[in-house]
Amino acid sequence: MNALVEVKDLSVDFSTRNGVVHAVRDVSFSLMKGQTLGIVGESGSGKSVTSYTLMRILDQAGYISGGSVSFGGMDIGNASEKNMVLLRGREISMVFQNPRSALNPIRKVGQQIEDVLCQHLQATRHDAKQKAIDVLRQVRINNPGERYHAYPFELSGGMCQRIVIALALACRPQLMIADEPTTGLDVTTQKAVMDLMAELTRERNMATILITHDLGLAAAYCDHLIVMKDGEVVEAADAKSLFQNPQHPYTKKLIRATPRSSGTIRELLPEDTKVPALAVSTPNAGKSEAILTVENLVKEYPLKSTSSTKHPKAEARPVFRAVDDISFIVGRGECVGLVGESGCGKSTTSSMIMRLLNPTSGSLIFDGSEIANMPAKTFAKSPLRTKLQMVFQDPTDSLNPRFTASRSIADPLMRMGQLKSRRQMRDRVQELAELVGFPAHLLDRFPHQLSGGQKARVGIARAISVNPELLVLDEPTAALDVSVQAVVLNLLVDLKARLGMSYLFVSHDLSVVRLLCDRVIVMRGGKIVEQGECDQVLENPADPYTRELLNAIPHPAFD
Amino acid sequence: MAKSKTMTVLGRVAEAIPTLIGVVIVAFLLTRALPGDPAAYFAGPAATLESIQEVRVSLGLDKSLPEQFIIYVADLATGNLGNSISTGQPVTADVMSRLPASLELTLFALVLSLGVALPLGILAATKPGTWIDQLCRIIVTAGVSLPVFFTGLLLVYVFYYQLGVAPSPLGRLDFVYLSPPHVTGFYVVDALIAGDGATAWAAFRQLLLPAITLGLFTLAPIARMTRAAMLQVLSSDFIRTARAAGLSWRKVLFTYAFRNALLPIITTLGMVFSFMLGANVLVEKVFAWPGIGSYAVEALVVSDYAAVQGFVLTMAVLFVTINLLIDLAYTAIDPRVGFDG
Amino acid sequence: MNKPSQTTDMIKPVSGEDGISLADLNAAVTRQSGAAAPTRANMLRHLAYILKSNPMTLIAFILFALMLVAALLGPLITPYDPLKSSVADALQAPSLAHWFGTDDLGRDVFSRVLMATRLDLAIAFSAVAISFVFGSIIGSLSGYYGGWLDKVTGRIIDTIMAFPLFVLAMGIVAALGNSVENIVYATAIVNLPFYARMARAEVNVRRDAGFVQAARLSGNGDIRILATQIFPNALPPMMVQISLNLGWAILNAAGLSFIGLGVSPPTPEWGIMVAEGARYIVSGEWWLALFPGAVLMLAVFTFNMLGDGLRDLVDPRQRS
Repeated sequence: MNALVEVKDLSVDFSTRNGVVHAVRDVSFSLMKGQTLGIVGESGSGKSVTSYTLMRILDQAGYISGGSVSFGGMDIGNASEKNMVLLRGREISMVFQNPRSALNPIRKVGQQIEDVLCQHLQATRHDAKQKAIDVLRQVRINNPGERYHAYPFELSGGMCQRIVIALALACRPQLMIADEPTTGLDVTTQKAVMDLMAELTRERNMATILITHDLGLAAAYCDHLIVMKDGEVVEAADAKSLFQNPQHPYTKKLIRATPRSSGTIRELLPEDTKVPALAVSTPNAGKSEAILTVENLVKEYPLKSTSSTKHPKAEARPVFRAVDDISFIVGRGECVGLVGESGCGKSTTSSMIMRLLNPTSGSLIFDGSEIANMPAKTFAKSPLRTKLQMVFQDPTDSLNPRFTASRSIADPLMRMGQLKSRRQMRDRVQELAELVGFPAHLLDRFPHQLSGGQKARVGIARAISVNPELLVLDEPTAALDVSVQAVVLNLLVDLKARLGMSYLFVSHDLSVVRLLCDRVIVMRGGKIVEQGECDQVLENPADPYTRELLNAIPHPAFD
Repeated sequence: MAKSKTMTVLGRVAEAIPTLIGVVIVAFLLTRALPGDPAAYFAGPAATLESIQEVRVSLGLDKSLPEQFIIYVADLATGNLGNSISTGQPVTADVMSRLPASLELTLFALVLSLGVALPLGILAATKPGTWIDQLCRIIVTAGVSLPVFFTGLLLVYVFYYQLGVAPSPLGRLDFVYLSPPHVTGFYVVDALIAGDGATAWAAFRQLLLPAITLGLFTLAPIARMTRAAMLQVLSSDFIRTARAAGLSWRKVLFTYAFRNALLPIITTLGMVFSFMLGANVLVEKVFAWPGIGSYAVEALVVSDYAAVQGFVLTMAVLFVTINLLIDLAYTAIDPRVGFDG
Repeated sequence: MNKPSQTTDMIKPVSGEDGISLADLNAAVTRQSGAAAPTRANMLRHLAYILKSNPMTLIAFILFALMLVAALLGPLITPYDPLKSSVADALQAPSLAHWFGTDDLGRDVFSRVLMATRLDLAIAFSAVAISFVFGSIIGSLSGYYGGWLDKVTGRIIDTIMAFPLFVLAMGIVAALGNSVENIVYATAIVNLPFYARMARAEVNVRRDAGFVQAARLSGNGDIRILATQIFPNALPPMMVQISLNLGWAILNAAGLSFIGLGVSPPTPEWGIMVAEGARYIVSGEWWLALFPGAVLMLAVFTFNMLGDGLRDLVDPRQRS
């Protein structure tokens, strides 16, 4: 049987101002109807470029410099634009990441589906609306008749992604390409969206290409996998063989770096990495002294401009409770994980603990002192400030674009450190850089000249520069590639042991939390739904929501 | 959803009111900021001491400032902007009679401007790097640097003096023609309504050069914004989705790209109008166009302050109204406005 | 969750054990690409780089330098006395003796244009300086603190913007009195909203950025953060605005003097020279109005081009 998609020795180049960039080199694969292929790779691997070439929607500067691509026997490389327009949306379609920005913000979603239907002559002007509503129903949207009139900004991220899927499947194409379709979605929404796509493509016996950086996701939904690095295919096999018997060192590195439900943190690193054995830092038996006690913490935001806000009684006015009466403890030397999906209040909680935000009510006892009521200015000047520091999520956003790496690291030292001379400052910065594994020759670089992992290290160095006792980490590795994440997580573990810090690790990723934390707290809708020893909660969750979160983690299909 | 739209529209209209109040306050302050004795200014250079005192009393200049303000507002409410000392007429009457000339010029220039700038910007954005893109960039760069009065004089020199194709820059209508019977105040339109083709053509010829001058002035910022907005929209994610879904280039360009690009373009129009109403004054001087711009310039020469301030207030009210219309147009296109998300 | 670095980050090929180098190419190629080799922060070397890579900016810098020279040395290097009239030499076309010809009072147009440079630049610079300083302060404070300060300043700015700006300048000069000083004040007032709004927007966007929060954690106070961290990042777009405004301030001043406000004869100033020369256009003596007008245009053009160059100079993201 002939393959639906046949890619042979494909090479794609881009002509840029600095010369020719070889984005894709000698890539070959084939796909049959009804099969699912996963293309896995980290950023810069060329995985997206390959699929953009298949649909010929490359940027103007890109062109095929070698090899061939064919779809259903038709040569894509030499096809006319007129023929490509006939293919796109009709035979091959694509689902992109960031669903809300993938939709026209000022056009009703129903009309956008109609446009696609009418373009490919699947509907006339008269029955287009009805057919569009049918398509909405097929992607499991409730009240499709009403939702037809909605605009993207009125819908949630998951709903928008369903619309994008609806657009892709409206004309019943033979091949669907999904490019990182779950980026920006909560883990439970992610599962719903992936399951929907799997079901629909199976129903229609479609071929699917799933492009992702998440090896676990690919293993859960794909029959065959190819792994790409720097524009080349390093390994190709069916999912089971790839996982159980990886051949190429890069594949092995990737598989090891992907957090799983078993294994230690050291096992995230490549096999031959020389690292000292994990310092076992158990907190002093059970209920030792607490470094942070959170009691009945509440954060309320007034709801704006509805008629009921004019109610005379202030207590009766409706408010939105971002954090609704939570209490927990972080013991000295512990690493506590704070887990939840977007909107659960974990970021608000960490901001309040850091005193970047004022709590509405409740108590925060840090190192014996009540800090919830302290005005922000007083706290900033108190010696407690140096003991409580934070590592931020987005390394790009958290570094001043005009400061060099060393200046960024030195900032807290300049304000709060006791160092007298510039020489002392410089020595300390170099000491910190070495501690976090940041190459000294890069200290004079600006953030835009550093890679993601390097920026993360700068953020960590800055946070530990004043010797904090409690470090709050707000999704510190969420923006990093998985192999970089492995290195950074190990670094964090080592630093904690070496410097004797306690951690509050905020994350949405349960697998990472399992590797790092002693105890875990699960939040939802501003409340704590479950908390306890990490192993306990993750093996035997008491709360159904925790169970839902655990189920949503992709498990390999072949197990 | 529709209900919220109506509320937004009403809200926008209501927002214009405090702006108007602010405008009136500033206009009032300007009238009282004159160094020396305001009454002397309003009475005119040839006034005697008694007439100055009369003016002082009649304008209420002997009262306290807040009282003066109330009198000022009361006068405005009845349409009283004082009297011009050069024409002797009420300023309001002068302004009303001269306004149509300015409006005709401005509207015609705007139509010319949009008619060239929008297609130019769209083409430059859809065909980057080609000659049309370069042309657009040159026009924009030159256009924002050209002083509008200089352009006018250049055009007069080339087309009137050298080539002889343009009529003498002396107003709306050559003296051999009679102005058409007043319907809208726009000579070209009125002449056509009256069936007088010759007068219409003559009026049109007079209108052409000043309108082109003013139009060239506004061409540059509109073309620049159109090009920039189109480029931005065309590189956005939802256009990629539309292309991947196989929509035709016409659909993508007009229904998807241009409509979205219209939003920043409409916002820019507000700024463009601000410059345009100012440039109007200069163009009217160059071409001796009898609109309110040249009225104000003449008034300045003879220190006719009531007339000048009447002019400033009128232009401000006109501008606030234009901005309101622009705001409403924006609201009509963008469904996100008014959403308390 | 979000992996912003994968598609939006312009990461240069840098060797490091993390091995992340080429960012997602589709996004990368459509944006600006940076050079490969890392260099130390060095203003002069960077300046040379900017000038070399963009010839228009180089031309603009040269013209700007020329104008500065003309402004500073003006009266010393004029071939003739700009104010001395000589009816016998009136209305002579451009020649070797008089490069720009003579005007209706026999004065050398070239000398007058040269001398006018000083006045026009002085007006433009002072007006823009005033509006930049006050506008930035007002805008930054209202963007950072918000609340009633923001509302009050917003109202004031909106009221100024409710007038067509040239018309407002006319009104102010008419009200305060016909002098060069008042032209400067009027231009400054009319320009202020641009800076206030821009500063407010730039500060507002960065107010809750990660690095600002980190600065708070590092013990920086509000004003220090605003002055040393936020505002320097807001500077690049404001540099462009300053340059464009300089051009616009010159046009504004010239326009006002064209209609008879501010400058009075016999003071040489580009706008008033065009006005005086206007009535001779219809009889063919084009040089009285053309040369001052052309130089005026050149000056505005220079400042517009300069704006782009300045932005490249100040924005570290352009450094490589």
